[in-house]
Amino acid sequence: MIEINNLSKYFGSLVAVDQLTFDVPEGQVLGFLGPNGAGKSTTMKMITGFLAPSSGQIRVAGFDVESDPVSAKSVIGYLPEGAPGYGEMTPSQFLNFIADARGLTGDHRRKRIQTVVDQLHMSKVIHQSLETLSKGFRRRVGLAQALLHDPAVLILDEPTDGLDPNQKHEVRQLISDLAEDKIVIVSTHILEEVEAVCDRAIIIAQGKLLADDTPDALCAKSHYHQAIRLSMPEAASLLPIIEPLDGVSRVDVLDEGRQLMIVPHPGVALYRQISALIEEHHWPIDGFSVERGRLDEVFRQITGEVAT
Amino acid sequence: MNQILNIFKREIVSYFVTPIGYVFIMIFLLLAGWMTFYQNNWFEQEIASLLVFFSMHLYLYLFLVPAISMRLWAEERKSGTIELLLTLPVTMFQAVLGKFLAAWAFCGIALALTFPIWITVNYLGDPDNGVIFASYLGSFLLAGAFLSIGSCLSAVTRNQVIAFILTVVVCFGFLMIGRNEVLEFLRAILPQVLVDGIASLSFLSHYGSITRGVLELRDILFFVLTISFWLIANAIVIDLKKAE
Repeated sequence: MIEINNLSKYFGSLVAVDQLTFDVPEGQVLGFLGPNGAGKSTTMKMITGFLAPSSGQIRVAGFDVESDPVSAKSVIGYLPEGAPGYGEMTPSQFLNFIADARGLTGDHRRKRIQTVVDQLHMSKVIHQSLETLSKGFRRRVGLAQALLHDPAVLILDEPTDGLDPNQKHEVRQLISDLAEDKIVIVSTHILEEVEAVCDRAIIIAQGKLLADDTPDALCAKSHYHQAIRLSMPEAASLLPIIEPLDGVSRVDVLDEGRQLMIVPHPGVALYRQISALIEEHHWPIDGFSVERGRLDEVFRQITGEVAT
Repeated sequence: MNQILNIFKREIVSYFVTPIGYVFIMIFLLLAGWMTFYQNNWFEQEIASLLVFFSMHLYLYLFLVPAISMRLWAEERKSGTIELLLTLPVTMFQAVLGKFLAAWAFCGIALALTFPIWITVNYLGDPDNGVIFASYLGSFLLAGAFLSIGSCLSAVTRNQVIAFILTVVVCFGFLMIGRNEVLEFLRAILPQVLVDGIASLSFLSHYGSITRGVLELRDILFFVLTISFWLIANAIVIDLKKAE
């Protein structure tokens, strides 16, 4: 359990984090979303005890981060932004140093090191110095050190940044697998990532909490939620029939007139109405789908309100 | 205690997996030898003592110690590993001390490798080995004092060159305030009490009395307190600067 209460951070006159309050229960993967400079990294740095809050409290697994930082830090695994590491060390030496600092010993230590090396597929580079590794491998080493002590809380600042699509997929899979009995907080600006791995998303901008919901519920706020995409030759010719229908807010013509995006008024489902029309007129459709809504649009909508 | 040792181990190994450690030791030994034999004509003096050798350490350390200390925190800040280090279950005190002790031990290794000159002087003559032992201890303490200043100043910036220059300047200041010309100048503008106070902070006088063979507690204490002061300042600077 992470409890965050009225958390604020000022850098001089700049308000980086402004009165954040939220809890994260066990077993949850929380996505932290926001534009660059929104305060995501600053919040993570405060949770991990790197920066002291200007005001407010943070409790991690019952430990107050400010008054008992060492206990709090020992239950947290942290991947800082950019996955920093000591360039002259090999992943093997680096993980052994982390194991020392985390107090892992004996058989357990050997097993944990082996486990993370396998989980992140890095046995090939285990004896190569970090500075000679590719960005992708360095990121994996960073993840490995965060996972090493099998922490109850994982804080990952942009864990898939710089990975290729296959590696991204693997890391997301890994996060989902880990999530069962842990708390995972992931910051990202890749929205598909939130939909893929998170149970819950928090959107912050200029240090303020703007939205806190499941990715599905956030998607439902999109104008395109329940919108219908219809593909057929000369689809544009249907405009006069569809546009006047009850519940239709607007119709976009896409793909040079071969596709229609029928956007409903909020809360209206057009599925039955449109499919009845298709039956009735025997339209030769090639495709018909209902949109979930677009997280990127909701994101822009929510964070844009603050910026202007 | 354990965490200090963990950090110490990581740091000390890092000197020897890269060429830094070997290059430093080579240059230290070459310069120490050159300054003793050529600059000060140690042979021609025909005195069985290492006073000349040890008095050169002041100037040797002035440039070589900042070269070690400049990377201590500037590099951690630049590469971002400071965030990694300080979010491990270690305290600031353990991190500062672990890194400092590793750098100090490294200087100690370089210093210990000057032992051939000790063998030489014993082979050629009959020196006072007690004085030599005290001088080695004094030299080690002096290196520690320079290092603690350098460690603190390397946390001020993420640029190692700036850290190096700052450290040389401050260390030079601590040497100079013991010299008579500087003290004469200060007497003209400051009250005597203050001048005495400043003079007592000089590395020159405390180190000088140790190398002459007067191993007094107050000189040792002076260096220990200087190191402690700068390391505490070090921790405060890191705390203030880490957000940047």
